[in-house]
Amino acid sequence: MNTTDHAAVTLRPLLHEIHHALQRLAQVGEEHTIDLEALPFGPGDEALLLEFLGSGEVAAQLHALGESRVLESRFPGVWLVTHFSEEGVRLAQQLEITRTPALLRTPQEELGVAVEQFAQALREQGGADDV
Amino acid sequence: MTPMDFLQLVRGPLFDIALTIFIFGVLLRLFEIIILDRKRDLSEARGGEFIAGSKTIFRRFKPDREKLQHSPVPTILGYIFHLGFFICLLFFIPHIELIHSALGVSWPGLPNFLVDVVALITMGALVGLFLYRLTNPLLRFLSSFQDYFLLVVVFLTLATGYIAFHHIIEPYPLALGLHLLSVELLLVIFPFTKLMHTFTVFLGRYYNGAMAGRRGVQS
Amino acid sequence: MSAHITLGEALRRRGVSRRGFLKFCTATASMMALPPTMVGAVAEALESAPRPSVIWLSFQECTGCTESLTRSHAPTVEGLIFDHISLDYHHTLQAASGDAAEEAREEAMHAHWGNYLLVVDGSIPLANPGYSTIAGMSNLDMLKESAEGAAAIIAVGSCAAFGGLPKAKPNPTGAVSVADIIKDKPIINVPGCPPVPSVMTGVLAHYLTFGTIPELDVYGRPKVFFGQNIHDRCYRRTFYDRGLFAKTFDDEGARKGWCLYRLGCKGPTTYNACATMKWNQGASWPIEAGHGCLGCSEPDFWDAGGFYRALSIPINDPAAAIGIGVVAGAAIGIASGAMAHRKKVEATHHREPLKVEQLEGKA
Ligand code: SF4
Repeated sequence: MNTTDHAAVTLRPLLHEIHHALQRLAQVGEEHTIDLEALPFGPGDEALLLEFLGSGEVAAQLHALGESRVLESRFPGVWLVTHFSEEGVRLAQQLEITRTPALLRTPQEELGVAVEQFAQALREQGGADDV
Repeated sequence: MTPMDFLQLVRGPLFDIALTIFIFGVLLRLFEIIILDRKRDLSEARGGEFIAGSKTIFRRFKPDREKLQHSPVPTILGYIFHLGFFICLLFFIPHIELIHSALGVSWPGLPNFLVDVVALITMGALVGLFLYRLTNPLLRFLSSFQDYFLLVVVFLTLATGYIAFHHIIEPYPLALGLHLLSVELLLVIFPFTKLMHTFTVFLGRYYNGAMAGRRGVQS
Repeated sequence: MSAHITLGEALRRRGVSRRGFLKFCTATASMMALPPTMVGAVAEALESAPRPSVIWLSFQECTGCTESLTRSHAPTVEGLIFDHISLDYHHTLQAASGDAAEEAREEAMHAHWGNYLLVVDGSIPLANPGYSTIAGMSNLDMLKESAEGAAAIIAVGSCAAFGGLPKAKPNPTGAVSVADIIKDKPIINVPGCPPVPSVMTGVLAHYLTFGTIPELDVYGRPKVFFGQNIHDRCYRRTFYDRGLFAKTFDDEGARKGWCLYRLGCKGPTTYNACATMKWNQGASWPIEAGHGCLGCSEPDFWDAGGFYRALSIPINDPAAAIGIGVVAGAAIGIASGAMAHRKKVEATHHREPLKVEQLEGKA
């Protein structure tokens, strides 16, 4: 008996939860998020889970209040989102079962600002042309 | 009183008191019986007493065929209950730890799920015995309050243990405390009720076997 | 930072983007042990969370709780929370000392009367007020005075929550908990020796976010953190169920990571967040490190039998009980048996055999 043995036992329910959530996403488009920090992982459990999930086509990096990584697993629709603080300490890790993690979409609140900024930049560009 | 206070009480002073009464009572009664001694048999011995007596102690663990045919239900349930109770008592690892700390002896335990199944079966057997006693007219006529009461107390020790193990009652200190309390009740009444047969049954068997042995017949 | 701006506003002023804010909310929700579906609600509440004033009192304590808290593992997030609360008085952390410190406390109390949050670590000695005083004021008086204007009290650490080590038998200082003294204020107990850092910040974050007291258990502990039984969440549980136990700290079982019950683990009677939140930046926790749980978040854990005695073993040594039982039982048993025996012998001597004539009434 070794660590992977008990890991297999403790991971089982989680893997079933992911599978079930993926089914719901495929059938009715329902999204689901699992907070990995809230799970009683033993040594080796997390590594085993990540190994099982593997990596897929998308890997994104965000810089907002420290780094965040968004990775699609080898199963499309299952995303691993990890947040780090400005000091590089891991703050939170979540599994998102979704077509696009919310964090990747541009927030509505910032669109207004973006329009402004773009206009400003355009004006500056135009000004430069006139010279 | 919070659940933790309660647990401290039953794990502490109450347990000490119960254990003292139990040991005191058991020894008191055993010594009384042994010292009282049997009437001297003046007949000429036709066989040894000791070997025959000792053999009988063990031989009577075997179910008696006649009894089995005559009243199978209580006999079988009785065997299941006794065996199950001792498995739970002696092979559940936390119990072994307790015995080890008190007496310094230890032996391998059983995996919890096995003890769990045995506990359920044992409780089932106890319920069966209780119902049988209630419904069988002859047995009901012969039963006293003590007979029912003891079944309930023994059942409680098993049930509270089961509840504590499965965290059915929360918080756990309360559940564990209830289990200990029911065990303490059992310990206190033990020497002064028919539960004493746990020990006296061996005396009785020995005497029976020894008497038969002396007469040269089989017991 | 002005006293009136909200947390959302404060973050924006610091140049934190919307994504950054949402990330902050995700981390905060996770720290508060809320389900991920609550992130939206947290964001909404934090957006408009006012800035509370906090007064922190330390009584009979070892500063372990403050040590633990200042080493919490998410400096950015917790830093933002602490930046946002106004920690007006903390014996150990504040720069001011003596009269200036006491003035700060009184000022904060008066300015925020009825609204400030009072945090207490350490127990309060009742046997003699002189056992612990601050600026000549007994702990009891200071607690009563500061509690009066508080909106709520957070008792941090097992000492403040339950009396802790100072209250361990024979309790020479007559130590009691905050809840033993203050009866008319909402009290949140955050026990632990020390508490998990993120549990402390989680409770603060909850109060900051929602302005309410979280749901509490019988001991006044927030259920989100103390509703989980260690034994139920322990990754060694599969070994417990299979009956595989370490018997010493260096045997085969210990090396294979088997259950620590026989080495005195108090996980079954303990409710805390260690198994999920863990310690030292989520690195590990006592049971994962190979030591049984001490049950430090439970009342009177110092007196709950030895740390290395299995939970099923009674608190006191059974030798005394066995000794008394054996001696008294044997002595009285022998005496009573001997008496009965003599009676029997005497009765045999004086026996008058019954004759058939007697029975027939002819004698
Ligand atoms: S190590 Fe402790 S908490 Fe974990 S299963 Fe064993 S007894 Fe329970």
